Amino acid sequence: MRKTLLKAGLLAGAGLFAANAAQAVEIEYWQYVFDARVKAMDQLIENFEAANPGVTVEHVTFPYADYQTRVVAAHAAGRGPDVVQLFYGWTDNFVDGGILQPLSQEAFPPAEIEEDFFPIVTAMKREGAYYGLPTAVRSLALFYNKDLFEEAGLDPENPPQTLDEWVAAAEATTKRDGAGNMISAGTTLDMAGQDHHWWREVLVRQFGGAPYTDDYRTVTYDGDAGREALEWYTSLQTEKGVGAAGFMDEGQAAFRAGLAAMTIDGTFRLGAFRSIENFEWGVTELPAGPDGTRSNYSSYFANGIGASAEGEELEAAEKFLAYITSPEAMEIWLETVGELPARREVALTEANLADPIYGPFLRGLDYAHTTLFVDEAAQRQLIIDATNRILLQDVAPADALADAAEEEQELIDARN
Amino acid sequence: MAQTNDASAALRAPSPGLAEEPARGWHRLSMSQKQVVWAWGFLAVPILFYAGIRFYPTLDAFWLSLTDWNLLRPARFIGLENYAELVSDPDFWQVFENTFAYLLIGTPTSIVIAFVIAYYLDRVRFMHGFIRALYFLPFLTTAAAMAWVWRWFYQPPPIGAINGFLGSFGIPAQPFLRSTEQALPAIMVTAIWAGLGFQIIIFMAGLRAIPGTYYEAARIDGLGEFAILRKITLPLLKPTTVFLVVLSSIGFLRIFDQVYNMTTNDPGGPLGSTKPLVLMIYQSAFSSYEMGYAAAQTVVLFSILLAVSLLQLWILRERT
Repeated sequence: MRKTLLKAGLLAGAGLFAANAAQAVEIEYWQYVFDARVKAMDQLIENFEAANPGVTVEHVTFPYADYQTRVVAAHAAGRGPDVVQLFYGWTDNFVDGGILQPLSQEAFPPAEIEEDFFPIVTAMKREGAYYGLPTAVRSLALFYNKDLFEEAGLDPENPPQTLDEWVAAAEATTKRDGAGNMISAGTTLDMAGQDHHWWREVLVRQFGGAPYTDDYRTVTYDGDAGREALEWYTSLQTEKGVGAAGFMDEGQAAFRAGLAAMTIDGTFRLGAFRSIENFEWGVTELPAGPDGTRSNYSSYFANGIGASAEGEELEAAEKFLAYITSPEAMEIWLETVGELPARREVALTEANLADPIYGPFLRGLDYAHTTLFVDEAAQRQLIIDATNRILLQDVAPADALADAAEEEQELIDARN
Repeated sequence: MAQTNDASAALRAPSPGLAEEPARGWHRLSMSQKQVVWAWGFLAVPILFYAGIRFYPTLDAFWLSLTDWNLLRPARFIGLENYAELVSDPDFWQVFENTFAYLLIGTPTSIVIAFVIAYYLDRVRFMHGFIRALYFLPFLTTAAAMAWVWRWFYQPPPIGAINGFLGSFGIPAQPFLRSTEQALPAIMVTAIWAGLGFQIIIFMAGLRAIPGTYYEAARIDGLGEFAILRKITLPLLKPTTVFLVVLSSIGFLRIFDQVYNMTTNDPGGPLGSTKPLVLMIYQSAFSSYEMGYAAAQTVVLFSILLAVSLLQLWILRERT
């Protein structure tokens, strides 16, 4: 039976080459479940299939919590996707594990990529070869509640631009009841959210240091700058009392509920915050440091090609990847998901830069850093723990930080 | 094993009369032997099934614990390195301590509360069924949903229901899940509450099974309520108690849902103060992909479960 099929296939391949191209090729695209992303991708697939008759793309999604596990397990079982979405921080693992194949230099010339995309895309490059390309990139910005600003006598059209102004605004907007309990926070404090990125790539630099060496292989935040940055961060709760870790469970929940005047979060939160109806909110760039330094953290999910794709499936996968990283796809993605286009020419249009919401995020991309994580969850946990040791156990910031740095260095060394 | 082979041979044998040769062997068996063959024939199915999906993976976990498998690269034998790492890992000892805290506080507390409620509920006639249903309700609820509701109960002001209640009596707000001391008991309370309904039902069934004549005889002899409880009820309830203690211990040693769902932002936190062994295994395996290390932790958990179960059966054994 199999042999007959094979023969028929060979015959068709040899004799009817032209007709064969029109025969159905099915490729699988994997990403995690996030409503807006799924919707945007469905639309991209529809457009792609209309332009490429004969190629069908099966859209497979998994919950985020076990997305990475599914990809890795599927690979171990010898059954992986043709095109797969991955966080840039997983690249090392996926490349080492043979889950991805390098993008062909003909279809995706590195020089062109580097010219067209934002420089952070180089985090996908290993030994001269690219292993994936993003559709969209993310950066951080300061979200603020205009209603709470007005209530506190602040100008809602003139949000804080420096850390000092930011602290003053947080102090003005914090509300407490008679027993001293916080009933509305000036700012959210949530290391488990985006604050660990803010501390690592922004605050440490603004206090005059660097979190890591340029190759991200050596931890350097355990100096004076890192300690001062962490002391400043924890003092927001302990001395200034403008926020509390765990207030309203999660920072984004507090802001959404209108119980926090400011929060630092990413472009990916826009979708969720757009449904807020009971107050007006605005976005501005992350506050500048004491010496005027601005910094930001940028990240992205890239799309790579699975190691098992070959022949006409590989061809279809390349076409599909080219389409979902095209300017057209990026515009659809921006509209549907709210994430910033990864190509400079698509992102930095006058209209986008002037946009009150996209503008601040785009300007942030200019001076953003992209941490090369080896195990993001574990590295985040170390900063969460260091902060908790200061807040809950009165450990000296210098000691908490030294321990975190030592453990993080061990983590990084173990993966090299 | 030999019997299993016989059984499958018997199953494959055509029914008597269709073929002479194999039928002869079957006919030579006595009625009771045939019954044994049939019994094993049917038993072989679940046995093989369990061997495939339970025992083989269990044994494989022992092997994996001696390797550095990480899902991506082939497993490499590294001897007892994982176990050495485990012993020298301070996080593991913290997790070990937490796991036993759940067990040693959770099991006795839940058993005592369940017994007291069952003992008195047994005497209530008014709305008995309704009250029993109320106690049983949490047992029917998804652990994740329950954990999230409790998570919001424990929030600081202005939204936490418990802190709101304390506040109305002028008691200062408690950090609960944000405290390294209070977080573990706070989570344990929800786990005890969730399992209570089941334990009450089983205790009540046990109480009902004690013949009323014993009580009558005791009362005629003039024994007080407490003496009846101590001399008749508790000893006769022993099989029920043993069953519940073993079951509840295993439950607390394997606690995961409540902890994970109540601390998703900082799983097992703050500072690992609520992290049980199962959560550590989960993180090693599915967050860091250290399958070998996770397997070593699993072997440790397996040994603890086995030891605790055997110990309890031995302590609570029938002394004849």
